[in-house]
Amino acid sequence: MGRKEPKKRNPQDRLNNFLEVSLGFTDEEAKEEATRCLNCKNPACVKGCPVNIDIPEFIQLIKEGKRKEALLKIKEKNTLPAICGRVCPQEEQCEKLCILAKNNQPINIGALERYAADYELLFGSLDSKKKDTSPVKVAVVGSGPAGLSCAGELAKMGYMVVIFESLHKAGGVLTYGIPEFRLPKRIVEHEIDYIKSLGVEIRLDTLIGLTYTINDLFNEDFKAIFVATGAGLPQFLGIEGENINRVYSANEFLTRINLMQAHKFPQYNTPISLGKTVAVIGGGNVALDCARVAKRLGKEVILIYRRTEKEMPARIEEIKNAKEENIQFLFLTQPVRILADEESKVKAIECIKMRLGPLDDTGRQKPIPIEGSNFIINVDTVIVAIGQNPNPLIPRLTPELKTNPDGTIIVDENLATSIKGVFAGGDIVTGSDTVISAMGAGKRAAYFIDRYIKNEH
Amino acid sequence: MFKIIGKENLASNIRLLKIYAPQIAKKAKPGQFVVLMPDENSERIPLTLADWDREESTITLIFQEVGFTTKKLAKLSIGDCISHILGPLGKPTEIKFFGRIILIGGGVGIAEILPLIKAFKEKNNYILTILGARTKELLILEEKIRKFSDEFYITTDDGSYGRKGFVTDILKEKLYQDKDFQLVYAIGPVLMMKEISKITNPFGIKTLVSLNPIMVDATGMCGSCRIKVRERTLFACVDGPEFDADEVDFDELQKRLSLFKDEEKLINSYGA
Repeated sequence: MGRKEPKKRNPQDRLNNFLEVSLGFTDEEAKEEATRCLNCKNPACVKGCPVNIDIPEFIQLIKEGKRKEALLKIKEKNTLPAICGRVCPQEEQCEKLCILAKNNQPINIGALERYAADYELLFGSLDSKKKDTSPVKVAVVGSGPAGLSCAGELAKMGYMVVIFESLHKAGGVLTYGIPEFRLPKRIVEHEIDYIKSLGVEIRLDTLIGLTYTINDLFNEDFKAIFVATGAGLPQFLGIEGENINRVYSANEFLTRINLMQAHKFPQYNTPISLGKTVAVIGGGNVALDCARVAKRLGKEVILIYRRTEKEMPARIEEIKNAKEENIQFLFLTQPVRILADEESKVKAIECIKMRLGPLDDTGRQKPIPIEGSNFIINVDTVIVAIGQNPNPLIPRLTPELKTNPDGTIIVDENLATSIKGVFAGGDIVTGSDTVISAMGAGKRAAYFIDRYIKNEH
Repeated sequence: MFKIIGKENLASNIRLLKIYAPQIAKKAKPGQFVVLMPDENSERIPLTLADWDREESTITLIFQEVGFTTKKLAKLSIGDCISHILGPLGKPTEIKFFGRIILIGGGVGIAEILPLIKAFKEKNNYILTILGARTKELLILEEKIRKFSDEFYITTDDGSYGRKGFVTDILKEKLYQDKDFQLVYAIGPVLMMKEISKITNPFGIKTLVSLNPIMVDATGMCGSCRIKVRERTLFACVDGPEFDADEVDFDELQKRLSLFKDEEKLINSYGA
């Protein structure tokens, strides 16, 4: 019996809406898939999970029809399972190590996790155990995956936790970055409500570094601070014409749509100016998110990537979804210049063909421009999705906080920074990485913060 | 939520709001701004802090009703709340003794001169102020700014008040008479700042401008506010909003400010 995939919305039914593409398992499908699990004595899958969920155990519970118990089992290790079930790259983590992966039929752990987690969405929240909080205060900076999981863990340990978020909505990249059709916002809201139900306070509209400095937080009697400000600084190509109108960073494009609801303009007041044909530059999940959002806004979309499909860092599943949605792919192509019309809006993009050379330090073949192969594509919008750098604000405004040359915060094996009592984790430490590794870091930080406070006070 | 505790109409389309925002008031410095959303459906717009009062825990914003969101903001009354205000944002202005300073404010940009002139005066700078408006009725804060000025000039485009002409006319005259100024600071329309930069450049006088491009998050995340500064792209929200005028590509900034002009028409017809 082969691996089961959850049903998906038909490609033609996806185009004018942002409804979730994957429909998730039904009870029968989930049980059937769970039955395939061999319940290995030494389960490799658990080692592949950054938060070490007891995977065979929760799958066993699904097999027995105990969906709620399965969820409780996951929640012992993972605070935000409905999110992880949807956006984790399981094919590179737990599923990669599944014994059945040898035959290319690993258990669909991601879909099973999502199935268990969605119990709460269907039948209401499980009782959260709000502990009597001690008066010891911990500050968490940033309400993305690292911040939320750290706050959740600390609250469960009894700390009084305040999350500081600069935007007007919590969730970080889960809210402004990942689009609705991949991660419905009601799920993010539900998980945030859960964190709040543990007693965590979320203070919006507060930028640490400016509204309060790190020192201000210590003065307000926070005993420890976890910095989880993510990789928010967009990279640009550095080519001519990049500041022409209708050239957007992926962050700007996604934020305008996901957070500000610009596609519902003018009911929502944030505008977005797009033409008919959108070029998205990049090959990662963020690039695919941009392409698929633009498609849903009725645009022709061309994704331009300098290597081939094989080297794309995006999840295979999402590449497949994008193809089904008629995104055009232009591989081995690198933009060299963006051209403007008389209104200073994008009218075309000049590209050069690439070939693959020897391996580079990422272990992928390095793309090399083919001289004289330049060509022009007529597009009227360009979205640059070639990666994000760490957010520089806190390091810049906190000189004592030591950083690497690439802007990531330096931490020791306990996630402690160069300032006593300040810890850091997630993309601000690792550079752009996955939601689950950020959550893993948040969780580990909670453990080290607890240990630090107990030693100090 | 941020409660409005004071409101004044400074001109037919220029409003002043005094808002209860203790933490922003506590941290505000001259040259900084906030980003706000009048309500949950609003866009996020940047506005420079015109004033603050740490004892009262208030900040003061002065803005012209130019777009949909500023019109929405202008509809709010004392007692109403602004849903979201983030700040203070941006790098503060370096306040010290320069010697002799020319401060130039054009249009609603005059509001942003107010915190600067107070702070520069406190450091005993000699201050020559030039304020410009299209017409007398649109000239704001005249008395408040005059009292900190050692020399004070007004121009109006139509000659209805002060000298007929532009702030640049007076700037040129003054610099040809006496070029012993250590700083020119200009805030106003992009074209005004560009022309001022052209005038001061040959004199080699340090000239600073405060820019007001389109922003979304205003924390360095989206890049909407990117400005070409000496052939490098910088973000006005975290690298600015103040830049050396000689280095700014004003033409590009002007074009980028026009990005949403079609959408602006649409939303205005939809009705504030």
